[in-house]
Amino acid sequence: MKQNGKKKKKLNDTSRLFWIFILPWLIGFGAFTCFPMIYSFVMSFTNWNGLTNRDFIGISNFIQILTKDKTFLLSLKNTFFYIGVSVPLNTVVSIFLAMLLNKRLLGTNVFRGIFYLPTICTGVATYIAWTYLFNGTNGFINVILNGLGMESINFLGNRNTAMLSIIFMDMFCIGTAMTIVLAGLQDVPRDYYEAAQLDGASGIQRFWHITFPLISPVVFFNVLMAIIKGLQIFTQPYVMTGGGPAQSTYVYGLYLYNTAFSYGKFGYASALAWVLFIIMILLTLVILGTSKFWVFYREDVN
Amino acid sequence: MAKEKKRMKKNTENILTQILLIAMAALFLFPFVWMICTSLKTETGIADYKQLLPWPVSFRSFVKGWKGGKFLVYIWNTVRIAGLCVVGTVCSCSLVAFGFAKFQSKAKNVLFLVLLATMMVPQTVTLIPMYIMYSRFHWLNTIYPLVLPAFFGTSTFNIFLLRQFFAGLPNDLAEAAKIDGCSWFGIFSRIYLPNCKPALLVVVINQLVFCWNDYMAPLIYLGRPAKFTIALGLNAFKGEAGSTMDIGPIMAMAVVTILPLLVLYLCFQKYFVEGVAASGIKG
Repeated sequence: MKQNGKKKKKLNDTSRLFWIFILPWLIGFGAFTCFPMIYSFVMSFTNWNGLTNRDFIGISNFIQILTKDKTFLLSLKNTFFYIGVSVPLNTVVSIFLAMLLNKRLLGTNVFRGIFYLPTICTGVATYIAWTYLFNGTNGFINVILNGLGMESINFLGNRNTAMLSIIFMDMFCIGTAMTIVLAGLQDVPRDYYEAAQLDGASGIQRFWHITFPLISPVVFFNVLMAIIKGLQIFTQPYVMTGGGPAQSTYVYGLYLYNTAFSYGKFGYASALAWVLFIIMILLTLVILGTSKFWVFYREDVN
Repeated sequence: MAKEKKRMKKNTENILTQILLIAMAALFLFPFVWMICTSLKTETGIADYKQLLPWPVSFRSFVKGWKGGKFLVYIWNTVRIAGLCVVGTVCSCSLVAFGFAKFQSKAKNVLFLVLLATMMVPQTVTLIPMYIMYSRFHWLNTIYPLVLPAFFGTSTFNIFLLRQFFAGLPNDLAEAAKIDGCSWFGIFSRIYLPNCKPALLVVVINQLVFCWNDYMAPLIYLGRPAKFTIALGLNAFKGEAGSTMDIGPIMAMAVVTILPLLVLYLCFQKYFVEGVAASGIKG
């Protein structure tokens, strides 16, 4: 090979090879990300319904969405409610489980395996199972509640509890977040705790002053990922409630899906998708902005 | 005396943790236990919904459910899609990851940022144009829309994961091979690729699980029942049979759906968990 003579140079004679190796991604990025994004952006300024109309209508779609569309507001509100409850809940549960596992007691690997299991098996099969578990008359959760002397709850059939039920179900899918936190916890030097213990710090103090600051970068990452994922929630309500009852689980993903694929309003749906994208970017920026108040990087000290 | 007290406290703390762990594990396993128990019940057993344990045990739900839908077709469709996606992802992502890990270019850092940024683009932004394009190509109800992107490095997370792994392998490996006259593709495929088998296994597992559980894309691209994946087929089966009181067959087919994942998980648990940690996301 012609590179033979340059072996002393570290692999820096290789710009051409770089482009050859990343070619699959370049093509994929162009065809499956860039092109559809431009296409969708252009489409969002049209009234295309998939069949006849294909006129440019300027920013009317966006004006309609932001000023007149009640379903947009409703679905956005539902989605924010989902995120608002589920992200903090999942964050707390993932930290809690990771801390339990980090004590390295008997059978830690088995427990970790069990906690990760629902994350892998999350799909239509488990959603259907949960639908039956939540059933208002003969669901097993109500059997347990009755056994404890409580009234039956029509979990998915009541507008006040339907979304909360989905949130509860999704609480079991924190395997990835938990594993990331656990890896973060294992990086916390043990002598930090010993020093704190000598100073007489309580368990809660140790958590807030040692553990949490040191795992805050991974928690931050988890929160960001959970928000991005939560904004796109679709399958759970689609399979379990269809958006009901009384549209209480009609999330943004469902609205978008129906607009595009049930009503064929591709232009309007594209505008909705771009609004979601912009909301996602804004939310990410807000979270990034808050990070300097609660995320702590060890390098900052040195 | 104080030391004794401290040890006592430590012990009670450990016992408490152990109890909490067991309680949480029971909670996390409960839906699966209920699913499996329900699938093994007789029809009268289902009616007695307050009873958790299936007694007498019966496999009639599996027989009835299996006959109720084209589950063999659904499974075959899913296996085909998942298999092709795995091949495509492993080939394309490892190439791209190697490019980003081992070669230099002025545009590299910018392009890598772009790659990471694509993880943030919501699926729905690209879904509608892609749907229109695929319908123009008459590719709806085929596996192309679900399989083709995998061959072009679209699973950015897997590229990221493999890049981290390649970057951790020393450059000396390539230097030695270059002296022996090995081409860059040979260096990649014969030296670096075999050395990152654990990471590749993580990618394979990630992709398999993703394809098995994916719902939105198959829902949009596959309309004909003969083309359904297992996730679509199961939901369709629930739509047909869901109104009956006998939920045994549906639960049996739900168990059939998650069984491959369970087996995969039991065999490769280490890689599932390591995949997350190996990406070096922390910090």
